[in-house]
Amino acid sequence: MTVEAEAQFHVLAVDDSLIDRKLIERLLKTSSYQVTTVESGSKALELLGFREDQSSTPSVSPNQHEIEVNLVITDYCMPGMTGYDLLKKIKGSSSLKDIPVVIMSSENVPSRISRCLEGGAEEFFLKPVQLSDLKRLRPHILKGKSNGKEQKPEQQQQENNNNNDSSSISSGSSNNQSNKRKAMDAMDEGLSPERTRPRFSSDSLTVV
Amino acid sequence: MAATALREQLNGLVNSMFAEGLLDQQFQQLQMLQDGSTPGFVAEVVTLFCEDSERILTELTKLMDQALVDYSKVDAYVHQLKGSSSSVGAQNVKLACIQFRQFCEENNKEGCVRALNVVKHEYYRLRSKFETMLQLESRIQAYENKQQN
Repeated sequence: MTVEAEAQFHVLAVDDSLIDRKLIERLLKTSSYQVTTVESGSKALELLGFREDQSSTPSVSPNQHEIEVNLVITDYCMPGMTGYDLLKKIKGSSSLKDIPVVIMSSENVPSRISRCLEGGAEEFFLKPVQLSDLKRLRPHILKGKSNGKEQKPEQQQQENNNNNDSSSISSGSSNNQSNKRKAMDAMDEGLSPERTRPRFSSDSLTVV
Repeated sequence: MAATALREQLNGLVNSMFAEGLLDQQFQQLQMLQDGSTPGFVAEVVTLFCEDSERILTELTKLMDQALVDYSKVDAYVHQLKGSSSSVGAQNVKLACIQFRQFCEENNKEGCVRALNVVKHEYYRLRSKFETMLQLESRIQAYENKQQN
């Protein structure tokens, strides 16, 4: 058995709400991740050592704030730079584009979700984020680590089928198109009102 | 043992809050996240929520007092409160915020004034129970610390 170094993966969490930062930090730490939280997209970019026009990686004196991050999880609705804006900046940067990005939102807006996934987000979590949602992070972090390796995210397939209350959507790799859009059929399961979690839906835009 | 009686009281209180719809499953998630290494987690989140909510309610009151109400500012604050109440499991407060946002969308002043009152009512109702909850928790902690010494 390879003791895949329980090398701690480092997640950067971005959210303008202090309460949500506390929560996501606890959720991530409980899931054994190392966590840094920041309150804005611009702070996040600063930490990541983002440079506006980066055609090549900077070799000269790296920004001392620069840290290594294995995944960025960000709220969508933030003043100034939205989570989507942050996503685009990261994906547009030659040195940062391979960092997996996950977006969180309290609102279930299908067009928002597609936009984010199409913009390169790995997952879209509906708030409040649950411990079980965080299980979905691992494949993306591992994929990011071993960049270039063809990794079949089969665990996603299983989780999608088993995890009935999951409301997170994953974009997945090209060879797994079928299991992506979380189907609406979960809605028909007649969940109790208290446990109803908003779902990605193509034919109903309002959740609550 | 006194701590046991306190625990029972605490559990009873929390259960009644679930039963009354003051709290929803998300609060249970918070409880699950609290463990030996983070004994103060729930208290911390609850306290933050209360401080944050009161800040927002103050701003909302000011905004609604204006002759000409800026509904987009009002909506932004209600959205924040809805988010934080959702995150801590404050169900009734969250639902009241959802109603409030409806009125904002319609630029319905009267509706908004009423909605704000409902939000306040629900919030203060919840806060008073949270206060009792935290007091019980700290008394229990005190007993447990004594035991260890």
